[in-house]
Amino acid sequence: MNPELKGFILLSVLKMLFVFTVIMVGVALLTLMERKVSAWMQNRMGPNRVGPGGLLQPAADGLKNILKEETYPALANRTLFLLAPALSFIPALLLSAVIPFAAPLPLDFDVGVGPLGRFAYHGRMPMVVADLPIGFLFVLAISSMGVYGIALAGWSSNSKYALLGGLRACAQMISYEVAMGLSLIPVLLLSGDVSLGAIIANQQAGLWYVAPLFFSFFVFLISGFAETNRLPFDLPEAESELIAGYHTEYSAMKFSFFFIAEYANVVTVCAMVTTLFFGGWDIPFTHWDERGGLLQTLLTAGFFVVKLMFWIFFVMWIRWTLPRFRYDQLMALGWKVLMPLALAYIMVICVSMYVVEHPLGVASPVLRSLALAAVNLVGIVLVFGFIDRGALLSGSGRRRSAAPRLRRAA
Amino acid sequence: MTEVVFYVFATIAVVSAALCILQRSAVSAALWLVTTMFSLAGIYVLLGAQFIAAVQVLVYAGAVMVLFLFVIMLLNIGHSTPDLRGSSMVGATVVVVGLLVVELATLWRYTPRRLAAEITGTPLANPAALFAAGQAAQQETAARGVVGGVAAPLFQQYLVPFEATSVLLLSAIVGAVVLAKRKV
Repeated sequence: MNPELKGFILLSVLKMLFVFTVIMVGVALLTLMERKVSAWMQNRMGPNRVGPGGLLQPAADGLKNILKEETYPALANRTLFLLAPALSFIPALLLSAVIPFAAPLPLDFDVGVGPLGRFAYHGRMPMVVADLPIGFLFVLAISSMGVYGIALAGWSSNSKYALLGGLRACAQMISYEVAMGLSLIPVLLLSGDVSLGAIIANQQAGLWYVAPLFFSFFVFLISGFAETNRLPFDLPEAESELIAGYHTEYSAMKFSFFFIAEYANVVTVCAMVTTLFFGGWDIPFTHWDERGGLLQTLLTAGFFVVKLMFWIFFVMWIRWTLPRFRYDQLMALGWKVLMPLALAYIMVICVSMYVVEHPLGVASPVLRSLALAAVNLVGIVLVFGFIDRGALLSGSGRRRSAAPRLRRAA
Repeated sequence: MTEVVFYVFATIAVVSAALCILQRSAVSAALWLVTTMFSLAGIYVLLGAQFIAAVQVLVYAGAVMVLFLFVIMLLNIGHSTPDLRGSSMVGATVVVVGLLVVELATLWRYTPRRLAAEITGTPLANPAALFAAGQAAQQETAARGVVGGVAAPLFQQYLVPFEATSVLLLSAIVGAVVLAKRKV
């Protein structure tokens, strides 16, 4: 093996260990954060007995789950019952491999390490475990695998509640995958590339995509909630109807694997929102961060974490604010609201991009983004103020009274 | 190195395809089919077709097989074992195996030399010169991007068949809705 290949492998292994450790420790801390945020929103204290301020609570929970007895339901399909937690856990972790978390670090070394020989790396090292040319499609492909774990957990448990939860998860995730995939087509149109690095570079040249592509962001965020089975879309585990849904029969560590997978999925969806619509690791209003250097890499990583934490907090905020959807409302929202909205938005963005680029001849990426942002502003007023008439935003309570008015208007 | 990875994926694909048809439980058979599709995606990556690999996982493993699993779970198909030992079954098996042997024999004769001759139009073209160490796909990717290499022929050269396929799929969806709406 030549030194360049060995250097590449060494750095990749280091990045893998780093990302894996950060995700696993982060997920453990997120369970604590969720409990603290919920306590804060409900005016309570939250866990505060184990360690300073309750900081060791995740460790206590983990220890408890490892020491608990593992139970198997009678007549369960034992192989699939064991496999299901792993099948939901692995895709959730795999996704963290393609998300760029900092500016590329310029490296230039060529060192000999005893019997292992020489290790070399020259050039800018992308701060992502696997800098795939299909980064974005990889995320869609692997996230569509997550449904197997939940569906099989439900089926193999040999319990009607678990089976219903698994079926719900199947239907819900397939439905919202459609809206999610369609909502991301405008991102591809604007960036012209499927690699996440190129999408970030494109946002640095113009504006963050949340401005020119607001509806993509809106649909992606809602579908993201549905894909991770978080409230208000946690129908697969709806405890008031299905006990605990697909993981009713699971105990001890196998149960916590589902939890780890759920939080890892939340981290991934929030990282995707940050990367696709909020510039990833980009520091706004300056081009200093693109020059490359150790300080730039550290600061951009800090900015990425701040944006990521905001979206994770947002997910928890929504969880403790909104009640759960009814199942027919969930399906109606996915197929009758989000999918037509995403389809119409593709048409709007195609036409506006053509008009801005060809008859108007705007070449500067910033001006182009501003023109698209103006189109979006009109769209926001139209959709939320006029077409929707507050039916979606004010919840299902007003929906019945809003619907006849809509029909009369049409 | 590439060859080792290829044989690993190929072995997984063939073994899980065999297990898929040997399983008695419908859910296990569906899961082995997913494994086959995953290994095929790995082989596509080795050929430099990353986009096709991602779409293979996204469409077949992620959507089609999930729907299969959904239907199996919904109908709760158990360990049904229909009798496959009648004389008509033996006849059908012999016919299918015979067709498969003919197909494999045809593919066996389809050597790189013959492919090179068909592309260039000269009977004695050197395949090694035409496909320099499997670099064709990489050059295509470098020139047009990961998606462009698939999109350009699909939306230019084969636009009419592509659109015709979409009409076919649309009519299939309409047919499914008509069947589902029928009063039983």
